[in-house]
Amino acid sequence: MFTHLLSLLIWLPVAGAIPVLLAGSKRPNLARWLSLIVAVLTFVVSLFLLVQYQPDAGGMQLVENYLWIPSWGVHYGLAADGISVALILMTTFVSILVIVGAWEVIQDKPHQYMAAMLVLEGLLIGVFCATDALLFYALFEAILIPMFILIGIWGGPRRVYATLKFFIYTFFGSVFMLIALLYLYQKAGTFDLATLAALPLTMKEQTWIFFAFLIAFAIKVPMVPVHTWLPDAHVEAPTGGSVVLAAVMLKVGTYGFLRFILPITPDAGAHYAWLVIVLSLVAIVYIGYVALVQEDMKKLVAYSSIAHMGFVTLGIFIAFLLMRDPASVDMAKLGMQGAMIQMISHGFVSGAMFSCIGVMYDRMHTRQIKDYGGVINVMPWFGFFYVLFAMANCGLPGTSGFVGEFMVILASFSANPWIALFAAFTLIIGAAYTLWMVKRVLWGDITNPHVAEMKEINGRETFVLIAFAAAVLALGIWPQPLVHLMDTSVSHLVQQLAIHKI
Amino acid sequence: MPNLNDILIMLPEFYLVVAACLLLLLDAFMKSTERPMLHWISIAVLLVGIYLVIAGQPAQTVTAFGGMFVRDRVAEILKVFALLTTAIVFVYARPYLIDRKLVNGEFYTLMIFAVIGIMLLVSAGSLVTVYLGLELLSLSSYALVALNRDARLPSEAAIKYFVLGALASGMLLYGMSMVYGASGMGGTPTLDLAQLHHVTSYTTAPKLLLFGLIFMIVGIGFKLGAAPFHMWIPDVYQGAPTPVTAFIASGSKLAAFGMAYRLLDAGMGDLAHQWQLMLAVLAVLSLAIGNLVAIVQTNLKRLLAYSTISHMGYLLLGLSAASPEGYAAAMFYAICYALMSVAAFGVILALARSGFECEEISDLKGLNQKSPWLAFLMMLAMFSLAGVPPLVGFWAKVLVLESAIHANMLWLSLVGVVFAIIGLYYYLHVVKVVYFDKPAEGSVLAAKPDGSLRIVLSLNALALLALGLFWGPLLGWCRSAFGL
Repeated sequence: MFTHLLSLLIWLPVAGAIPVLLAGSKRPNLARWLSLIVAVLTFVVSLFLLVQYQPDAGGMQLVENYLWIPSWGVHYGLAADGISVALILMTTFVSILVIVGAWEVIQDKPHQYMAAMLVLEGLLIGVFCATDALLFYALFEAILIPMFILIGIWGGPRRVYATLKFFIYTFFGSVFMLIALLYLYQKAGTFDLATLAALPLTMKEQTWIFFAFLIAFAIKVPMVPVHTWLPDAHVEAPTGGSVVLAAVMLKVGTYGFLRFILPITPDAGAHYAWLVIVLSLVAIVYIGYVALVQEDMKKLVAYSSIAHMGFVTLGIFIAFLLMRDPASVDMAKLGMQGAMIQMISHGFVSGAMFSCIGVMYDRMHTRQIKDYGGVINVMPWFGFFYVLFAMANCGLPGTSGFVGEFMVILASFSANPWIALFAAFTLIIGAAYTLWMVKRVLWGDITNPHVAEMKEINGRETFVLIAFAAAVLALGIWPQPLVHLMDTSVSHLVQQLAIHKI
Repeated sequence: MPNLNDILIMLPEFYLVVAACLLLLLDAFMKSTERPMLHWISIAVLLVGIYLVIAGQPAQTVTAFGGMFVRDRVAEILKVFALLTTAIVFVYARPYLIDRKLVNGEFYTLMIFAVIGIMLLVSAGSLVTVYLGLELLSLSSYALVALNRDARLPSEAAIKYFVLGALASGMLLYGMSMVYGASGMGGTPTLDLAQLHHVTSYTTAPKLLLFGLIFMIVGIGFKLGAAPFHMWIPDVYQGAPTPVTAFIASGSKLAAFGMAYRLLDAGMGDLAHQWQLMLAVLAVLSLAIGNLVAIVQTNLKRLLAYSTISHMGYLLLGLSAASPEGYAAAMFYAICYALMSVAAFGVILALARSGFECEEISDLKGLNQKSPWLAFLMMLAMFSLAGVPPLVGFWAKVLVLESAIHANMLWLSLVGVVFAIIGLYYYLHVVKVVYFDKPAEGSVLAAKPDGSLRIVLSLNALALLALGLFWGPLLGWCRSAFGL
């Protein structure tokens, strides 16, 4: 067994990026194979998390804690609970598919692309298991660099605008969090998250810190009204970039809610839960309508991502409302659990949707819905997968999309039926925008002669889509293992909500 | 009469003076074909200097010449990095000087004299030593800027630098005379910084002292290049030969920090509550002017000039905390900034060739296609300057922000982060040009085949990453200098 499993998971892909870079542009195939080997190896190592992590024991496990900066008391602290394990596994899984998906699609400097992906993977894993706030912050910011490069070099025509907007927007949010962390450091003398969680803070302090955290993570999620960078970034990013962005990077924001806002500012969180809930509902309903009118497929899926992430934030903050009544603690837990499952599910579904769009884009070099029509006639297998993922995107029972949304709606119903009513709107709007897109892209007669020339998906693409499909169906039909994996961690989170720090 | 002990304490400085004089002689008697040898000799001279500074470091603070010269850990660290960055500049400068036929003894001796000025300045124990060191550094710098004396732009820059520098020196001297006068009212007049520390307690002319302080801060602000005393920076950075710019942006900033620390903390520490706010105002102005004006620059050297101004704003954030933690943070910042900026200029120097200065931002278009390694190094330098983790520039910013919060100036740290966001834009713009743009038609971008430059530049830029991952030892060293 591994004694430093989490460190290994972080540094294996980062170190693996170096030989990939050294392979150079002259030996693109070597770079591709090397990066695939590294990604698969990382995934295999990450499977050991399931062996070494004890779901029933709860708490933070696989702890690694070393003093990093003695004079400041900053630790290189890593540990994982069930939620971290689930997110890390999703990251390593999606990373393989992204590298396979980019195989021959990326012809320009593939070694740099693959290396950036691997670095990104390592940093994201680090974010999901850092227990020192400053370490978390450094990794949280560092993920911007590879993403900036990915969008900027391999992106679409407006890539420079999109990538600058993405970088500056995210950076803008996070600097306020840095100030909040430094303030907490003044009070606690440490950046250790467990200590910060136990630190008593007045309501005024909590409020300021809450909003500093909120702006950082809300931009990352993204929540309305700070979501505007996401459609641009998604539209311009290369397929792999979009997949990682939607599947993993957005989860960094909601993960931040769990690790920072919930334990450090529970009272302010409870006080302002209504704000986050309203914003989540706006995301679910209004952004759903915005998605409906999109003409660009990637933009449509990007907006649907925002709506789906609204469910995650709703599930987390509905728990605050439910905790006011001791009788509904179970419901609070249900909402939180739904949010967690929605996080994982959205990772697979949105990753799969963007992969599908990438498949079409590689053949047609357009993402406009109007350029397609009748694709099913020339690509029946592709059509099969596309419809499956579309159904998951609408939340059809039997797919992963259903489980999380249903749990969140159920929990919000017991908090306030009106919230549930608005949240349930997504079942209609989600179906409307997704199925309407499917109708216009897949069904009907072929009107565009280029569509007639589209080739059926090849083995590589089939592999990627089958892998995503397996994950989506497995979660939808049998979510119990995932629920069990995160169960004690979610209970722990919910208990934290009840602790008053004033 | 100075005794042997005094001379031993000042051995590194004396050694460099002798070495510089010998270099001048050597230059005069050398055949022009042998001139390039001077390069390696000068680098060796500086490296031996580093050795002498470290090896002869006394266990505790010692003073020489009746307190005129202080040798403590602050001075030691600043000297080591000043010598180191100057040696790096020498390595970067070689192909540039050869291309422009500027390889001669003057460059090397003037640089070494400037370094001696830095060493005196950071070791100053008296107002006279401060002035002496400052003038030695400044006069050498004026001449260095005008090194390429036949060209119009460098001459213009040198004149500007000289006129403004002389004015600032005058201000400083005027302030010093007031402080000296104030110390004589109610006690014996003194120039010694350690004694000046107590002047506030007995002087009968506190207003005069305060006026003196203000004039001295003008001098410090000029040397740092903090707004509103920043006017010379853009023109000098752009006009000076690039190696000289690299020196002014690195070693010279370490000196400015040393000077500010000596004058303000050692000399005027009792008036901290007075100068804290003045420095805070300078910091805010520098952050604003530096970051906002940098956005519209098209010339890379000019952009880095405005970036310097903004970085001095961050340095002032640490200084204005007026606490040992703040000084340690500011010193960490000064050292990191010197390493970052010298790396950025190193990339420019690695690309410049005769007839092509590579100083427009657009000159870097498509660098990633032509030379991926240099592009990567430039990216490291830019992200470090912007303060993005895991590069060391980020930790330097975190440290000064923390010290401002620690000193109950939360508002100042908020100003600091807001301008960090604005500043991010122009650094990203450079990365964008390097990575995302296609090379221009007939682009002559290519890395210099100079081996030593490539190796040192790579080490320099990778050090930014390595220090970003392991910044503990350097911080510990800086903190130990201030007794933490």
